[in-house]
Amino acid sequence: MRAAVIVFPGSNCDRDMATALTAAGLDVTMVWHKDTELPAGLDLVALPGGFSFGDYLRCGAIAANSPICRSVKAHAERGGFVLGVCNGFQILAETGLLPGALLRNAGLKYICRTTPLNVATENSIYTSAYTKGALINIPIAHHDGNYTADPETVARLQDEDRVAFTYAENPNGSAQDIAGVLSANRRVLGMMPHPERAADARHGGTDGAPFFAHLTQALASA
Amino acid sequence: MKARVHVMLKDGVLDPQGEAVRHALGSLGFDGVGGVRQGKVIELDLADGTSEKTVREMCDKLLANTVIERYDIELA
Repeated sequence: MRAAVIVFPGSNCDRDMATALTAAGLDVTMVWHKDTELPAGLDLVALPGGFSFGDYLRCGAIAANSPICRSVKAHAERGGFVLGVCNGFQILAETGLLPGALLRNAGLKYICRTTPLNVATENSIYTSAYTKGALINIPIAHHDGNYTADPETVARLQDEDRVAFTYAENPNGSAQDIAGVLSANRRVLGMMPHPERAADARHGGTDGAPFFAHLTQALASA
Repeated sequence: MKARVHVMLKDGVLDPQGEAVRHALGSLGFDGVGGVRQGKVIELDLADGTSEKTVREMCDKLLANTVIERYDIELA
């Protein structure tokens, strides 16, 4: 199984993401944002956390228009799997691959701590390692993670079982406690919390490890 | 020619930064500030003859996120 991690200027979780994917058995290639084509035969594209382009204009806005993102979009539109974590989620929202937007945290503070999440659906390759309703502890580290969308969109996400994770203790004002959302074909996931930071006992928690371990198996059978 | 683009959060989208500014004004003793909304102004230096339609495309594709923001264009 092959994965690419896209690296933007200002990405800072790219190596953590690559380490977690590699540990789960994926063959990982790092891809620079100025490349125009993704490597052939990819099973998964991961957009890592960080502060691409210094969060200029809006978080993820410049990255979403970088050369590689046209290929990422095409990959998703062909039915490819895409995972965006933190800044990666912001980028996916800016490309329009996922609905909604991430606003400044309601409390205005940058928040960096481990937070409990509810697994809101088992129905995706990203969440099927867990039981629906399970509580997992995953770190967050963001200033702009306040998920917002118009009420019709939020209702549609809920009706279509496209909310992947919710915050058990909403830290940032997100609508309906939403921490992660899936695309209509359930193959694109954007989430603010960082499972790659809870994937090894040395991280202080391993609740993110099943996320990656199961992902590899699920990609193999997808 | 120049264009000036004003980008504001849409009405109904909570603006926590504007709220913080409102509180700060209150604590400075300015009474009666009912609300503050914070946005941004983007000035563009453009080739003469650039149409408003083109500037609108720039706004839709990059300068504003129309999920949460609205914009106004001033051409000069």
